[in-house]
Amino acid sequence: MFEVGLTHYLVVSSFLFAFGIYAILVRKNAILVLMGIELVLNAANINFVAFSRYGNFGLNGQLIALFVIILAAAEAAIALAIVLNIYKTFGHVNVDEIDNLKE
Amino acid sequence: MSIYDFIFYLFAAITIVSGLMVVSSGNIVRSAFYLLATLFGISGLYVLLGADFVAVTQIMVYIGGILILLLFGVMLTSDITHIEIKKGKVAVLPAVVGVGVLLGSITSIMMKTNWKIELSKIQQTTTYDLGKLLITDYVLIFELLGILLLIAMIGAASMARRDDK
Repeated sequence: MFEVGLTHYLVVSSFLFAFGIYAILVRKNAILVLMGIELVLNAANINFVAFSRYGNFGLNGQLIALFVIILAAAEAAIALAIVLNIYKTFGHVNVDEIDNLKE
Repeated sequence: MSIYDFIFYLFAAITIVSGLMVVSSGNIVRSAFYLLATLFGISGLYVLLGADFVAVTQIMVYIGGILILLLFGVMLTSDITHIEIKKGKVAVLPAVVGVGVLLGSITSIMMKTNWKIELSKIQQTTTYDLGKLLITDYVLIFELLGILLLIAMIGAASMARRDDK
């Protein structure tokens, strides 16, 4: 039970996934929503690396985790540019009050 | 309980507790710093899984890059000298119920499934083999990701610097 195995890592990652989904659903501030997305991506990454270790898939899982990290970097850059534009247009970044694509 | 288990529980506790603080903290700057602790704990878990290169990349890209980017976003879009930083939440109760159900079902699936475990060999260092995989089996994805990153950077720069005249 206390011997750490695959299940332990999967449970940690499902907790992170749930927290991330909660942040995406509940928080108003766009940047906090972004943090939730990062948590979800990290949860997926833990799963990839854990299965790579416990499933004898070689290093493929780790490599895919690296690809996910790269995608997360691109996503964060684009999303923050969008958030800055939203701030310029509306003066706030509350995602529940933004209902226009232009002024 | 071996030392490995002890270190795992330590990092798992750091990850989960600070992950919870990220989503529940009222102050957005605090959330960002709790996210730092979460990412650090995750990179500790990677080390325990024998993924040294992924762990270092996690620290360099996430903590060194993405987190700084998020903090810049916080500073540029919120009035952090102001006491009341946007901390609003919508529909907390349904979200808590839904996420609770989701968490319970995922966790029980993870625990009940009979995983076919076949330990892969722990390598001294994974960097050499990762690099070899990257330029053989995954070379197309590697190149595409390079192009994608370039496009994303150009797009982000041109979007953020748009002059509204």
